[in-house]
Amino acid sequence: MAQKILRWKLPIALFCVLVAATLGSMGCGTQKVDTSKSVYKIGAVLSLSGPAAPLGQPEQNSLKMLESQLNAGAGVNGHKVQFIIEDDQSDPAKATAAITLLINQEGVSAMIGSSSTGATLAMVPVAQSTQTTLVCCAAGTAITKPVNKYIFRTPPTDSMAIDKVLGYLTGTLKATKIAILHDANAYGVGGATELAAKAPTKGITVTANESYGTTDTDMTPQLTKIQATPAQALVVWGTNPGPATIAKNMQQLAMKIPFIGSNGIANKTFITLAGSAANGVAFPGGNMLIPSSITAGTPWRNAVDKFTTDYTTAYGKAPDTFAAHGWDAGTILTTAMKTAGTSKAQIQTAVQATKGLVGIDGIYNYSATNHDGLTSADLIMIKIVNGAWTQIK
Amino acid sequence: MRMGDRNQVRLLWGAAALVAVVVVFTLIYKGSTGLQWILSGLTVGSIYALVAMGFSVIYSSTRVINFAQGEFTMLGGMMMFTLCTRGGLPLWLGFLLTVGIVTLLGAGFERAAIHPLKDQSVITVIIVTIGLAIFIRALAKWIWGTDPVKVASFTGDKPLRFFGASIVPQSLWVFGLTLIAVVLVFAFFNRTLLGKGMRAAADNPDAASLVGVSASTSSLVAWSIAAAVGAAAGAVIAPINFAAYDAGAMLGLKGFSAAVLGGLGSAPGAVVGGLMLGVLEMITAGFAPSGYKDAVAFLILILVLLIRPQGLLGKPADVKV
Repeated sequence: MAQKILRWKLPIALFCVLVAATLGSMGCGTQKVDTSKSVYKIGAVLSLSGPAAPLGQPEQNSLKMLESQLNAGAGVNGHKVQFIIEDDQSDPAKATAAITLLINQEGVSAMIGSSSTGATLAMVPVAQSTQTTLVCCAAGTAITKPVNKYIFRTPPTDSMAIDKVLGYLTGTLKATKIAILHDANAYGVGGATELAAKAPTKGITVTANESYGTTDTDMTPQLTKIQATPAQALVVWGTNPGPATIAKNMQQLAMKIPFIGSNGIANKTFITLAGSAANGVAFPGGNMLIPSSITAGTPWRNAVDKFTTDYTTAYGKAPDTFAAHGWDAGTILTTAMKTAGTSKAQIQTAVQATKGLVGIDGIYNYSATNHDGLTSADLIMIKIVNGAWTQIK
Repeated sequence: MRMGDRNQVRLLWGAAALVAVVVVFTLIYKGSTGLQWILSGLTVGSIYALVAMGFSVIYSSTRVINFAQGEFTMLGGMMMFTLCTRGGLPLWLGFLLTVGIVTLLGAGFERAAIHPLKDQSVITVIIVTIGLAIFIRALAKWIWGTDPVKVASFTGDKPLRFFGASIVPQSLWVFGLTLIAVVLVFAFFNRTLLGKGMRAAADNPDAASLVGVSASTSSLVAWSIAAAVGAAAGAVIAPINFAAYDAGAMLGLKGFSAAVLGGLGSAPGAVVGGLMLGVLEMITAGFAPSGYKDAVAFLILILVLLIRPQGLLGKPADVKV
């Protein structure tokens, strides 16, 4: 009996599904993804675990959101888009393995990643030898200097952030003597070295250049050394939680000189950790963190507003700059595929020819000699006042 | 008094005198700035000491080095965050619940992962503790995410001034807990029958079981105490060092160094080792370029191990044939 029912129910059910699918695809015409067309695959290697996970997680969120938004519409020229995301565990060696797998086995036509400078640099040789365009979400200057034909970048570079900080020191604070306290990791050392080299050209003397370990819990010895110098401001180059510890230690020692952070503290976590000690801290960050800093009505402002609303709805918290890096990397590649095609050479040419593309971090312009996309004008200085961000004009 | 004991006392005095000379020199040469370094060193050192004590408790009862000890401390901090920062419980209640929950977890881990290996060699068990650490860390990442979290200070953040140096009130809580923990642990192992039996069980399980302390009980109690000390430490230091899912690895490393420095298996040794490590680290960070801080601390550790492999307060291993 059961077999009999199955024999006639199954074909009818299948028939219904077929009719529904046909009607559905007819109804919306060209606004739908054509499932008969091939899927466009873009690979992404992000740091979803390990120390760089706070960067990779929001980047992944954005890519998933972009994928579902594109596929809810026409995809890319009617083709469904798929971001295949691999975790490099914040490990350069795993990043190399992951990009190799994505290109050779998944056959992706372009790549995104990684979240940190170290992992990105490890992916560069693979991208180059397979002539695959790689749009990275990491800020280290070394990635695009010298320019590599296949490697592009979405975030503002560390150099741009340093220029912004120097402009703030000379312009707003009128400081001539500063102290530097930096994380002993690659990010901190790179930033401090560049800052110390550029400061004298702006008429600034570095009175102390100290470091701390990423996991250190007390920086008062370094701060007492800085206190003994005539520094008028302290620049801290590192990511959470180090700078929050430093802010609390400065409060403990009753140090009154201004604290200027790096773009590494451009997140709400810093305010949560440092509490009242966060007040008065200034740092360079993307415009998207304070949407009102962008002229209302411009395409950029509209894009940022929509992105912020969509992201907050989907993930229950406001996007940070890392979410913006991921979104922009995905947008740059899918736009290039839309206009030029999906062969590796076509993608490379189209990305390099990108002009005036409205992203979330800023307006992207690439050329054969500039693979950075943004400029230091895409950054603003932000000050923490009563636990909230305000733009320093 | 045996020859070994006399040498031990002499070496201990030597080491203490050396540190005292460094401390006095720092105070005279740098004044209140030097005092600031030493106070910071004592705070950091107490944190190391509390983790080191956990290592000592398990080592002296079972000869196992528990590389998941730092994870108990991490769990203590994260539990405080969940119960007090998120859950809004008063700090004292959050603290007691944190210690209770993590102690149960510690006992659970012992029954689930360590007890089944009772017939295996010590080295096998040690390797399992490394696996346990990785497991706990992954679980914490899954539950709490990757961002460091904040726990409010017990009695405010207003720094106390002290001869031109300053200290946050939370540091006093850390000192207090260290003192209470070392007295309790020392008294347990030297004054109670169960504690003495547990130390005996480490050396001779069969003989100890004749007086009613089996190796199995001993291991369970030791893991519970180590988890309790670790959790209490994590709860008290969370306002200072920010709890995070991966904080256990660093705490474990420094705590292990402190335990080895003081002599594995001795609770007072753990405190001496932790404080020495913390103070020397901070004084080094003050005088030398701060990047050398860890290098100098570990150099001292290597020197101590070369001269005195059993640590400052440890007893030399008696080899009986």
